[in-house]
Amino acid sequence: MISRRRFLAALLGPLALIPPLGALPAHADETTPTEPPNVELVLDVSGSMRAADVDGRTRISVAQQAFNDVVDALPAETHLGIRVLGATYPGKDKTIACQDTQQLVPVGPMDKAGAKEAIATLRPTGYTPVGLALREAAKDLGTGETTRRIVLITDGEDTCAPPDPCDVARELAAQGTHLVVDTLGLVPDEKVRKQLLCIATATGGSYFAAQSTEQLTSRIQQLVDRAKDTYTRTPAGVTGADRCDTAPLLSTGVYTDREPFSEHRWYRVPVEPGQELRASVSITLDRPLRNDFGVLLRATAPDGRELVRGTDAGSGRTDVISTGMRWSASEDEGGDDPVAGAGGTPVVCIVISNSLAPGAAADQTTGLPVELVIDVVDSSAAPASPGLGRGWLLLGLLTVTGLVAGVLVGWLVRAWIAFRRVA
Amino acid sequence: MRTLTSGTPRRCGRLLTAGTMATGIALLITTPAQAAPSPSPSASGDIVTKAGTSFLTATAVKPAQPVRLTASTGDYLYWSVETEAGQTAEVAATVTLPAADARHGAQTWTVEVFDGLRRRQACTAGAQAPTASATDPSVALDCSLREVRAWAEPWSGDPLPGTYYIRLSAIDLPEQDLGLTIQVSMQITVADNGDPVPEGGDLQAPLVPAGRPGSVLTSASPSPSASPADGGIDWGGIDWGGWLPDASTRWIWTTAGGVLAAVAGVAGFALTRRSRRWQVR
Repeated sequence: MISRRRFLAALLGPLALIPPLGALPAHADETTPTEPPNVELVLDVSGSMRAADVDGRTRISVAQQAFNDVVDALPAETHLGIRVLGATYPGKDKTIACQDTQQLVPVGPMDKAGAKEAIATLRPTGYTPVGLALREAAKDLGTGETTRRIVLITDGEDTCAPPDPCDVARELAAQGTHLVVDTLGLVPDEKVRKQLLCIATATGGSYFAAQSTEQLTSRIQQLVDRAKDTYTRTPAGVTGADRCDTAPLLSTGVYTDREPFSEHRWYRVPVEPGQELRASVSITLDRPLRNDFGVLLRATAPDGRELVRGTDAGSGRTDVISTGMRWSASEDEGGDDPVAGAGGTPVVCIVISNSLAPGAAADQTTGLPVELVIDVVDSSAAPASPGLGRGWLLLGLLTVTGLVAGVLVGWLVRAWIAFRRVA
Repeated sequence: MRTLTSGTPRRCGRLLTAGTMATGIALLITTPAQAAPSPSPSASGDIVTKAGTSFLTATAVKPAQPVRLTASTGDYLYWSVETEAGQTAEVAATVTLPAADARHGAQTWTVEVFDGLRRRQACTAGAQAPTASATDPSVALDCSLREVRAWAEPWSGDPLPGTYYIRLSAIDLPEQDLGLTIQVSMQITVADNGDPVPEGGDLQAPLVPAGRPGSVLTSASPSPSASPADGGIDWGGIDWGGWLPDASTRWIWTTAGGVLAAVAGVAGFALTRRSRRWQVR
């Protein structure tokens, strides 16, 4: 009995050494939001909204109904504002008509009854100053740590350019205020579609062509919900340098920067011995580009020696092109650690380069949006199991070997006993 | 001499019983680790009706959790899923296209998968970028990934535990068709073979990207997120000093092998003794 217990203990002992499986840490640190989600609906109330071609109703009545539904279903924490354009001036004087945009409902906790009342009074009237309305909407939303969203609903192209609304959108996106413009075309024609697509692409937003009331309502609701769900996931702004020794020092987190065509952006990250550096980069293709493109992310030592690189290439229609890399210092201390340098904390340089070429009419000077994720974690040692085996073959081999050895020993003992008896 | 010869078989028998039981237990213990239940985790839950529009805003889904939503042709839809070592994920999506009379030509759709470091992951099987003709009512996409490894060289692009991003998008279509309504259904299934390679590999932190905004440092002080790593590997508070192999199923296999060998040895010995006794009779 004792022998069996000891036996089991010997057998089960190693079990205590098994590491707990499936212990993935929860999703990385969610910071508590410092401000509510801010969304502004920008509605075109120009003369063309009179057309009765959506489910047999006028475009404006469809938009009004959609807005009422959205206001009813608005999540309590969302701050929703409404801005209109072309709503008041019926005249033909373009200089006045192209200034015609007002904030109907301020961005803040919503007075639902008041908002609906204001929506009900809208009558299709004037021109379509989309560019100006976007600029004003961005001002309404203000600046802050989190992402702001504009939902632009229009049925006609901008009739007040310049400024071209797409240029305005790109300019707003480049200001670093984390602004996304989603566009909805009401029964759009080709020009409207192209313009709205351009605005959406320039700001990382989406485009949708609404053909019915339900489609319009559900899409606006989807966008308002999306704003609520994702507005806190906003990167911090940073400006990379053109060489390593003057580059900004980054800690763990998400950053955003702008990288012009054919330029590099350098950053530095302190990496202690025994730590692993992880970096990912995404370049947003926010304008028409030549067909083939690529991104290259490299980590180098301060003296320029390359440590690791990540690269990706593609062609055709896509929103971002991204790549990533891992790097950890070699195990052997001292000696040949390229990063250690002369005293102080070792620093790794990171450089982002792109092989992108602007399309025919595309903006060539503004940088493309770059998103950089930096993470520094403990490095992982290479696994090793020396001296131990595994598998059914091993078990079989050991059993057969044991059996053969037992039989041999048995025979030897028998032979010895027989010999003793004879002797 | 006589007492010894008569006593040995009985003792052998008792030892044999103990040995067999122990071996049985050892095998019972070993088996689950060897072949874990293969169907995906039961954490399916409710239908997801959302999708993100970028890596940062990707909607997290669980394996086997169905995703159904209405979207716009031309949207880039992002989801993320967590995986563990030894798992093989498969993404299957169906896009119900707008009515044929509203469309202007063929559309090519693609489902792309990226790891937690936004590195493109290869599909080992499945229609990753199918083309729907102008009259097809829907298009089905499929992508099987490589098995997630427990550890990989930092310089390699092998799939590692952590977040995986799925991006569904139209990559080639007539420009006029952008903005039309589509219905998307997507599901990620995960098969788990419970036996991750390499044996004993352990990634200290899964590839789960940092989600918070970063901050620019003023001086190169040590990163607060990581604790200083020591040489020895710490398993449940036991420091093996680095000379013993890490805890792994190899310990169990080897121990069980030793037990089996011992039992077989005793059995072999008993065989010869028994045959001698028969001879004596």
